Amino acid sequence: MSLEGSLRGVRQITYEPVEAEQLLADLRRICGDDHVVSDPHALSVYDSDGLRQYRQIPLAAVLPGSADEVVAVVRCCAASGVPFVARGAGTGLSGGALPHVGGVVIVLSRLRKIISVDLAEAVVVAEPGVTNLAISAAVGPSHVYPPDPSSQLVCTIGGNVAENAGGAHCFKYGFTTNYVVGLDVVLADGTLVELRRDRPGYDLIGAFVGSEGTLGIAVRIHLRVVPAAESVRTVVAFFDDVAAAADAVTSVISAAVVPAAVELMDALALRAAETAVPGGYRLDAGAALLVELDGPLLETAAGLEQLLELCLQGGARDVRVAAGVGEREALWATRKAAFPAMTQLSPACYLQDGVVPRSRLADVLEAIERLSAEYGLAVANVFHAGDGNLHPLVCYDPGVPGEGDRALELAGAILRECVARGGSITGEHGVGVDKSAFMSEMFSHDDLDSFARLRCAFDPAGLANPGKLIPTPRLCGERPGPYQQHPLEQSGLATRF
Amino acid sequence: MDFLTPDSFAGFAAELAVAAGEGRPVRIIGGGSKPWAAPASDDALVLGTERFDWTVEHVPGDMTAVFAAGVPFARAQAELAVSGQRMALDPPLGLNDRATIGGVVATGDSGPLAHRYGTPRDQVLGLTVALSDGTIARSGSRVIKNVAGYDLPKLYAGSFGTLGGILAVGVRLRALPRATATILGGAADPDALAAAVAHLARAPLELEALDVAWRSGRGGVLAQVAGTVATRRADEVAFAMSDSGLGTIDIADEDSEFWERQRGLQRSDTRVVVLVTGPRGALPSVLRLADACDATMVGRAALGVSYLTVDPEQVAPLRAALPAGMHAVVLDRPGDVEIDTWGAVDSPSVGLMRAVKAQFDPAGVCNPGLMVGGI
Repeated sequence: MSLEGSLRGVRQITYEPVEAEQLLADLRRICGDDHVVSDPHALSVYDSDGLRQYRQIPLAAVLPGSADEVVAVVRCCAASGVPFVARGAGTGLSGGALPHVGGVVIVLSRLRKIISVDLAEAVVVAEPGVTNLAISAAVGPSHVYPPDPSSQLVCTIGGNVAENAGGAHCFKYGFTTNYVVGLDVVLADGTLVELRRDRPGYDLIGAFVGSEGTLGIAVRIHLRVVPAAESVRTVVAFFDDVAAAADAVTSVISAAVVPAAVELMDALALRAAETAVPGGYRLDAGAALLVELDGPLLETAAGLEQLLELCLQGGARDVRVAAGVGEREALWATRKAAFPAMTQLSPACYLQDGVVPRSRLADVLEAIERLSAEYGLAVANVFHAGDGNLHPLVCYDPGVPGEGDRALELAGAILRECVARGGSITGEHGVGVDKSAFMSEMFSHDDLDSFARLRCAFDPAGLANPGKLIPTPRLCGERPGPYQQHPLEQSGLATRF
Repeated sequence: MDFLTPDSFAGFAAELAVAAGEGRPVRIIGGGSKPWAAPASDDALVLGTERFDWTVEHVPGDMTAVFAAGVPFARAQAELAVSGQRMALDPPLGLNDRATIGGVVATGDSGPLAHRYGTPRDQVLGLTVALSDGTIARSGSRVIKNVAGYDLPKLYAGSFGTLGGILAVGVRLRALPRATATILGGAADPDALAAAVAHLARAPLELEALDVAWRSGRGGVLAQVAGTVATRRADEVAFAMSDSGLGTIDIADEDSEFWERQRGLQRSDTRVVVLVTGPRGALPSVLRLADACDATMVGRAALGVSYLTVDPEQVAPLRAALPAGMHAVVLDRPGDVEIDTWGAVDSPSVGLMRAVKAQFDPAGVCNPGLMVGGI
């Protein structure tokens, strides 16, 4: 396998063919026969992550049972010059965990111990295969772990670290990177390094979080948790159109109200979601704005008054306040059903993830509407409005010749509109393989080269998840296919974004 | 020693590249408010950012701003305040508030607001940096949510200019609170003070800041609340302090001078300031250590971050007496006092830091010696 490109570290790396049988024997010796998968049929479980358009059968998947076994497996790969990719629950949405031809997938699902919970220090130490929700469960009800990606029931902390996972509540609470205080990392040559926030030196934890598996594998993760909020108030406001709702978001946030979450659905998404999972939303509205306030009781009470007033001033035609936990959960269940509901309505959807400065929300939504008309494809909008993080869903029919390609073009055009407004090509799904071709829309060659410098420092041989994050030319036959539902979604275990 | 202040980013990068070509060490300097962070050798080229003094962009509706690195931090805050906004960072700014935005980010410096908002690494959205091969590289973005590319702004923040020179800084902004109030409580016993801090840190009070101050066997806790109902919330915090065993509890609505003092004690003209970090549960040991070293101490109680101001000869005993798992870094010091900034470091991660340095500054000319391990 060779990766071509002009950036350092990804320049003409050629992986020598290895004696596959010898490597498999070594992996079995390390992890045990039961924990090495090499049968191509069995390997199909690991052929993609949540972005099913990209698939690749690797040479093998190994399921190490300890950090020491991860070290040994990585040393084995390093000695053979074989690329590897770490995998958590496989819920990623950018192909970050896509296997490599002839490579090894290191599955971390057996490393699922919570090693310690110290509420006095407000720190939890966990193995990478622990699920996101299990962290909050371990410290509740007095504390919570704030980052809350929608897949939190199944997605793992190791994957969250790799992708710098966000979630609906990151507007107020920040992202995974704001909560990681320690990492034990297996570098691509098999060296184990301890990184700690309270130690002097470069912020290597900051560099590692969000590195999409390209700098090594975190085998032990120290997370900060916070006291649970004293009170939570959830409001839904209905507007005639998304532009008015987006402007209301700006006025609320400018008025020093700091919501925990601010979510917006346009008419198409709203109707699909409310029909699939009724939660008390009005079906006749042009847009629904879901706002959650949390904090000390006195603060949320004052904030709620201000919020209601600003929504009405901003043209909301109806505002509802969730009366209790039940109503609040129903409102969120509908919101989280938006994406799967759209996939029921349309034969296929392509989920985009772009960001604009918040004041450009209304403006970029207009551009999306224009593009939607131009391409003749419906686009539903569901987004984290506080962050300016859009999740347009491009609907298309893979049965119609050429429509899949047009959907991808449209999704790409939306990203360009985001970048043109000073935004980003990805707010939370990551670059992976899906967006690496768009990196040069946002960054210059010198910018990208500075990324490659970091990679070279951590992984000079280029074996840790090569071909992700930093752009390389797309290989032939890599044309993505239509969206396919992940088995976790089919089973109802997980939802997207 | 030459001192150049280029007026363009390209000019700055070019000077850096020339120095790298000659193998000449470069000291990158902002407002010069931290002379201890840039002791220049005689053959060094000093590159100043003082002419990078413009606001690149501030869109109030986005609550983000981009400043050229040489903008004085205080001036930026004053500009933002006109729009009712601020950077949620409050580091000490030195004589005449000389500290620049670039310098604050490069040194990762912070003040009491770090309790809630973290340090520059948590507030910086994007950076433009000049590397020693003459390239200008951007990373991060101008939006508050972005995962495109490596998060290099976090790597540069706190790197003391050893990877390159920061040219421009994009930051997240917050609304200026309508009101603040500070609640103070006293204690004369390290264990009682630490127990009170632990109680307050675990309560859902949403404090802006939670500091301690200590000197000669007595001290207290300072907590700040902010928002539309700060005054009423201050009463709740005062009750919590009372429950936690603190005495002489007081509430101040005009509270800026308390925090100015806390910040001020992170610097010293005549003594040495040692930054001690570790678990927050080690607070009683740190307070006793402060007494043993005749130190004045302020700190971020819930973060395990303490600043001890001591006489120079106390640094060695302080380091020797430090409990396992804690770290002591020497910050401010008088110009004629020579002390190893970082102390003995045997962390295996230092090898990785050297590899990072070698990639970003292969010529090894950017602020050599300022980072841990002599990097």
